[in-house]
Amino acid sequence: MYDFAYHKPSSLAEAAKLLADPDAKAVSGGHTLIPALKHRLNKPSALVDLSGIAEMKGIRREGNAIIIGALTRHVEVANNAEVKAAIPALAYMASHIGDVQVRNRGTIGGSVSNNDPAADYPAAVLGLGATIHTNKRKIAADDFFQGMFTTALAADEILVAVEFPIPEKAGYAKMKNPASRYVMAGVFISKGAGGVRVAVNGAGPCVFRQADMEKALSGGWSGNAVAGIAQSADGLNSDIHGSAEYRAHLVGVMAKRALAAAG
Amino acid sequence: MPQVTMTVNGQTHTAEVEGRTLLVELLREKFRMTGTHVGCDTSQCGACVVHVNGESVKSCTTLAVMCNGANVSTIEGLAAADGTLHVMQEAFREYHALQCGFCTPGMVMSAIDLVNKHPNGITEQQIREGLEGNLCRCTGYHNIVKAIAAAAEVMQGKRQEMARAAD
Repeated sequence: MYDFAYHKPSSLAEAAKLLADPDAKAVSGGHTLIPALKHRLNKPSALVDLSGIAEMKGIRREGNAIIIGALTRHVEVANNAEVKAAIPALAYMASHIGDVQVRNRGTIGGSVSNNDPAADYPAAVLGLGATIHTNKRKIAADDFFQGMFTTALAADEILVAVEFPIPEKAGYAKMKNPASRYVMAGVFISKGAGGVRVAVNGAGPCVFRQADMEKALSGGWSGNAVAGIAQSADGLNSDIHGSAEYRAHLVGVMAKRALAAAG
Repeated sequence: MPQVTMTVNGQTHTAEVEGRTLLVELLREKFRMTGTHVGCDTSQCGACVVHVNGESVKSCTTLAVMCNGANVSTIEGLAAADGTLHVMQEAFREYHALQCGFCTPGMVMSAIDLVNKHPNGITEQQIREGLEGNLCRCTGYHNIVKAIAAAAEVMQGKRQEMARAAD
């Protein structure tokens, strides 16, 4: 790891000022960033530790939505009574990220703004049609995830919270790599005021919506609705962990399991 | 260089660190507490698990500077001053839950956090799932699971005794 300066601002405004330096990077749990720094994939001049910023903390219900502050750790989402009652699929997803120690440190803001193709949170954000709140604006999930490790966030823009509309039904299923615990293929399905949404993570370079499955489920929500739908292998990831064809097959299997979980 | 102050096993320690210094490096190289191990250095194996403010974390993926002011517990802090082992350590000995011993400090620290998080009892399935972040390449895990189940009963009993005494 290359060395860097360390800052711990106590307000969003101060953090934004520090992050105006294009070589500075934000950190909270650090469970994606620190491994990347060890590989020297990144050489930030400074890390800006957001963990002291009060306005980025906490989980609250507002009307028909759950709003989760960016600094909220996975363990907190998994155990939160309000999340468990309103969106059990989201609590389930958070309780299956990585392992206990990863969930004790990793945060929703870090996972979503990093947009690792094999991370869990992007599937829930896209699959529930969430809205990203930053220090500057609100961004719809459909406009937020733009490619591998790429989002709509500007360099000095900070993800402050994620607003999840409460669905009628939702379910998540994933196949994970047994060593790294990263997602090989996962599917998050929901049905709510915005219609049916099916988001796929792990399989491609970026989380994406499965339009054929959404259409089929919109026509009739049943356990068999996605059974005959084949996911194309075009553009999916191929690596030592699995071929694109294998991942495409997994998408179908995970969709069925996610649907069963949603009920 | 940033200065950090933290409580480690009940004692206050202060050190100058680089921004990039990992918590495990600070513990091992500056505080000379080498009970906490580095296995994979990629946050997968769990040999480096310590408690920060009562929760298990991988100290190879935690910056020392981010633990300024924290309360840290390591394997060195578990046994009593007279050498009496912690219930979990004793159970690992009793059930032969280690062979080479490299993963053991992290296993024991994870196991204690796991039992603390299940104050009303813990099933074998919960133990196995709770150990997902700790790899052991010798034992095959069975004896580790048995040791944790046995220690959990003792730890739970002690908690109930304390509750009764407080009544």
